[in-house]
Amino acid sequence: MISLEGVSKQFRGSRRLAVSNLSLEISEGETVVLVGPSGCGKTTTMRMINRLIEPSAGTILVDGKDVMKQDPVILRRGIGYVIQSIGLLPHRTVAQNIATVPKLADWDDRRIDARVDELMETFGLDPELKDRYPSELSGGQRQRVGVARALAVDPPVMLMDEPFAAVDPIVRARLQDEFLGIQERLRKTIVFVTHDIDEAIKMADRIAILNIGGILEQYAPPEEILRAPANAFVEDFVGAERGLKRLALIKVAEIGVEEGPVVDREASSEEALRVMEKFGYDWATVVDEGRLLGWVDRGSLDGRPSLADVPPRRFSAYVTADSSLREALDAIVTNQTNVAVVAGDGDRYLGILTVERISQEIVSS
Amino acid sequence: MIALADELIRWDWVFSHGQEIWSRFVQHVELTVIAVGVGLLISFPLAIVAHRHRFLYTPIAWFTGLLYTIPSIALFVILLPITGLSYTTAEIGLVSYTLLILIRNTVVGLSGVPEDVKEAARGMGYTQRELLWRVELPLALPAIMAGIRIAVVSTIGLVTVAALIGRGGLGQFILEGLQTFFNTEILLGAVLSVALALAADAALLGAQRVLTPWSRTGGPRTRPFIPWKKPGFPIG
Repeated sequence: MISLEGVSKQFRGSRRLAVSNLSLEISEGETVVLVGPSGCGKTTTMRMINRLIEPSAGTILVDGKDVMKQDPVILRRGIGYVIQSIGLLPHRTVAQNIATVPKLADWDDRRIDARVDELMETFGLDPELKDRYPSELSGGQRQRVGVARALAVDPPVMLMDEPFAAVDPIVRARLQDEFLGIQERLRKTIVFVTHDIDEAIKMADRIAILNIGGILEQYAPPEEILRAPANAFVEDFVGAERGLKRLALIKVAEIGVEEGPVVDREASSEEALRVMEKFGYDWATVVDEGRLLGWVDRGSLDGRPSLADVPPRRFSAYVTADSSLREALDAIVTNQTNVAVVAGDGDRYLGILTVERISQEIVSS
Repeated sequence: MIALADELIRWDWVFSHGQEIWSRFVQHVELTVIAVGVGLLISFPLAIVAHRHRFLYTPIAWFTGLLYTIPSIALFVILLPITGLSYTTAEIGLVSYTLLILIRNTVVGLSGVPEDVKEAARGMGYTQRELLWRVELPLALPAIMAGIRIAVVSTIGLVTVAALIGRGGLGQFILEGLQTFFNTEILLGAVLSVALALAADAALLGAQRVLTPWSRTGGPRTRPFIPWKKPGFPIG
């Protein structure tokens, strides 16, 4: 969808190249995150795609067409653009801001109104905000309006330059999750710039790690970058806790669960003890027709003939097949049982996950 | 100058000269409106050129600054042999005093438009022209309006000086009063021109509020350029 072939950029009055002979292939519907330290040319690279900066050498194709052979204004109207400071038009209301590009493209008013309403709903913006000015919005609302505005004419390609950087970490995480959900449906081709490797890992289908001067060090899916950094620069940039970061990318469902000690709430204490013995634990999960109830330990069974007499203790945390291994690890360290219990739909008990199993997965791949 | 023997104001004179007061008031307004109108027509394109091509700003500001420093009485006298005792003479003087204020404020307003807003607008596919008319100028409007207000108020004051060449609106009363030691006329001319200035300022402020609803909610602000609040500017 977007293809950079041997692209270089040298700014006037600078001897150094800002981007050096960069080639990058970005497929349709893919989110590619350009990440690197400041001075690595990530923003310059992005801005060359919609010609806010003109490349000094090389070719950039968007949808098979050379951007240098197109009218930059027409090109830009077909590419969504979000910058860090958002740059909402202060003299236009929220609705007018979102309508910016449709208006430039001469849509009729009814179509524009419908599109604005649709986008405001998609981005969780209260319809009451329509007639507010940007200065009356919270930081999170401004970011939402900015992204909604970029999507107004439904462009196939989006350029996003640190779009969530201007808000606090809690709001940022929420905006990231929301955007991932929206992207799941829209499947835009996105070039996303950030300096934050964790944001890159979270948002990217593929990450391009750039070094000072726009040199491409590695271009791979996040999981691969964490598992097999191409060189010392990448390893250093990705930073500490590589293993932990990888855990965030692997789902419980991908590694499968182990069988664990489990008994029905009607079972006898004798049977519960036998199950514990079999798996080598001194506790067992209690289920009611397969539904997760809690757990009992060996001590609490003393002098009680049946589990029906022992109220099971609730798990302080359990995970689902969709959870990441990082969440599973968190559940393990917060549970007294030292394992994570995995539940499916409707709290159906699936099995357990142990630290050994998780560690084995990380080491083996 | 005020002859103390006289009573301060003779209302009977005021009431018997209603017709003349009205026609001079209208002339005062006309002189002001034309001066600021023509001033805007000249300064607006110059300000846009100066904004686009920064290197032109210094010579434009220098020249209009020079015009601004010429004492108004001297300017009217210099123009007399060329344009005579005419409206043209009065307007040339009045217009030249508005230029510095209008250009400076327009340029200040345009350069106060946040860079990120322009960047986002360009990225969304605004042409240069659309950027100027739909983004930069609307956002510069508070500063431009501030410039217009200052220009209008100072022009209303300057019109009274043009009475010297017989085209002074309410200033004629002041001049005649001074020549005949008649307090009533002096006060009438002074009070009415001050009232006109205050009313015009309030009306323009009201117009600005209506035109820039967003600026009441704490949007970007730029401070107006007021020549007599800058060091090195003699009062015109």
